[in-house]
Amino acid sequence: MPGQTFAQKALAKAAGRDSCAVGEILDVEPDVVLSHDNTAAIRRIWEEFGQDRVKHPDRMAITLDHAVPAPTAVHAQNHREIREFVGEQGINHFFEAGRGICHQVLSEEVVVKPGQVILGADSHTPHFGWLGAFGAGIGRSEVAALWAQGQLWLKVPATMRIHLNGTMPEGVTAKDFALRIIGDMGADGGLYRSIEFAGDTIHAMTLESRMVLPNMMAEFGAKNAVICPDEPVLTWCLERLAMRRGIEAGSSAWADLSDSLQDGCLYPDADCELESEHHYTAEDLEPYIARPHSVDDVVPLSELGNVKVDSAFIGTCTNGRLEDMSAAASVLSDRRVAPGLSLVIIPASSQVLQACIELGYAETFTRAGAMLGVPGCGPCMGNHFGIPAPGETVISSANRNFRGRMGTPSADIFLSSPAVVAASAVAGRIVDPRELG
Amino acid sequence: MTTSSKVQPFTGRVWKYGDNVNTDVIFPGKYTYTLKTPEEIAAHALEDLDPGFAANVQKGDIVVAGSNWGCGSSREQAVSCLVLAGVRTVVARSFSRIWYRNALNNGLLALECPAFVDLTVTGDTATISLGEALITAGDGRTTAFKPLSDDILRILDAGGLIPYIKRQMAD
Repeated sequence: MPGQTFAQKALAKAAGRDSCAVGEILDVEPDVVLSHDNTAAIRRIWEEFGQDRVKHPDRMAITLDHAVPAPTAVHAQNHREIREFVGEQGINHFFEAGRGICHQVLSEEVVVKPGQVILGADSHTPHFGWLGAFGAGIGRSEVAALWAQGQLWLKVPATMRIHLNGTMPEGVTAKDFALRIIGDMGADGGLYRSIEFAGDTIHAMTLESRMVLPNMMAEFGAKNAVICPDEPVLTWCLERLAMRRGIEAGSSAWADLSDSLQDGCLYPDADCELESEHHYTAEDLEPYIARPHSVDDVVPLSELGNVKVDSAFIGTCTNGRLEDMSAAASVLSDRRVAPGLSLVIIPASSQVLQACIELGYAETFTRAGAMLGVPGCGPCMGNHFGIPAPGETVISSANRNFRGRMGTPSADIFLSSPAVVAASAVAGRIVDPRELG
Repeated sequence: MTTSSKVQPFTGRVWKYGDNVNTDVIFPGKYTYTLKTPEEIAAHALEDLDPGFAANVQKGDIVVAGSNWGCGSSREQAVSCLVLAGVRTVVARSFSRIWYRNALNNGLLALECPAFVDLTVTGDTATISLGEALITAGDGRTTAFKPLSDDILRILDAGGLIPYIKRQMAD
């Protein structure tokens, strides 16, 4: 038998099998099932089954993040119904409005561990590949089915491996690498595929940077994307789980937890079957921009030309972490947002927001004239404050620039790294931070 | 709706679109937590792609698209808005994976058939025979598609994932 890819191993394990073949359909039991503001709608589907109790409340994770705080009475009612459901079903992994975006919060809380499978009613669920989990987005009906039965059919995907080696030039981020990949191979370049990231540059990245890559592979059509877990990932998981469980560093419980995390890790076999391999050199990368209205319409920032912007947004599950806030603060320190331009900054979680306050970034942002929002998805999908006016041009650190994505079909959305968004907010046009005087 | 191979061939009018049509133009995200009734959801189908679609679509119509139809969000309304508007089938060069699953799970037939996409235009008709795995364009030209697997047919035959599981739970 040939070796197995990460996707084969993760799905076989979740299906109670030793191995599986690419293309095979398996009944998989995910370790975690994620839903968010769509939970009330999923509940209405689940009620059709006539069950009183969900099968595995301990495997469910629910966040309120897509429209927080509730902007209308309809949204508030939706949140209320979700809280009632959480109480009725005794769901422990429930994260209130203001705690943050599902993918960030579940990462901080290590609700899903290396080698596990998480399925979520959210297209950016591939995110969890940053810690070596198999994450895939599914629909609302499928989440309802999982609540009822605990398992769901999944087809085992073929694997593409993307290598990145070398040293990233200054000012070039994981977001730029993700945009470069999508620009090179198209928005369907990774369709139905499992993406494995490899190479010394990937493992030299901070964990926050790594999170950007599997997250953005949703825009590549991928089913999941993964980075093999290494020492920093295991430490992240160990420290956070130990804190939550009240385990002291160095204790025998600590050692047991460490061992169990390591035992859970899954790595592709050296002789596994890869459908394709793609090699990138970090030194060849530069800051990139995705132009409206497609994430694969990517150009180097240096070739973009003069694009005036009306509003700017830094945040989301892709780029709303502390290092993104730090990059924005570096640019905005002792500078002002351009007159007439609005800059909205939304930390991805309450922990990121707290750190922004402690480190003085919050003050830097407000002094610069930016608006600081409540942790959540913000205007990313047009559900919350920060909606552009008709005909406006937006520069955003988000993951999608589809027509109407932010609620206004005639608005143009450009995507970039957070530092470029911040610099553009100061200049009033899309610029490289290195161009600011 | 039954879609098993025993179903007689059926004919519908074609609405043709391009590549990478995303869920935000099929069903805008701003409506995802507020619109709930079938009429409301159907009325916004393809709102930012083809503003004339929702008012003019007829029961049994067929949407034809390029590659990666339905990319973007996992929102299931990007399928249910079409079903509620009367669309019976979507034929594409390829589908985004979550949209494809949502389609099957809502009993909407989704067929990959690149050759047919090339020879049809909006306003043409198409006749689909599941039994023969053939699509016939208005001018009589036929193209074959890969027959659906038994796993998929079982879900479609039940009318979608929810009725399929209800049937399983009843057995």
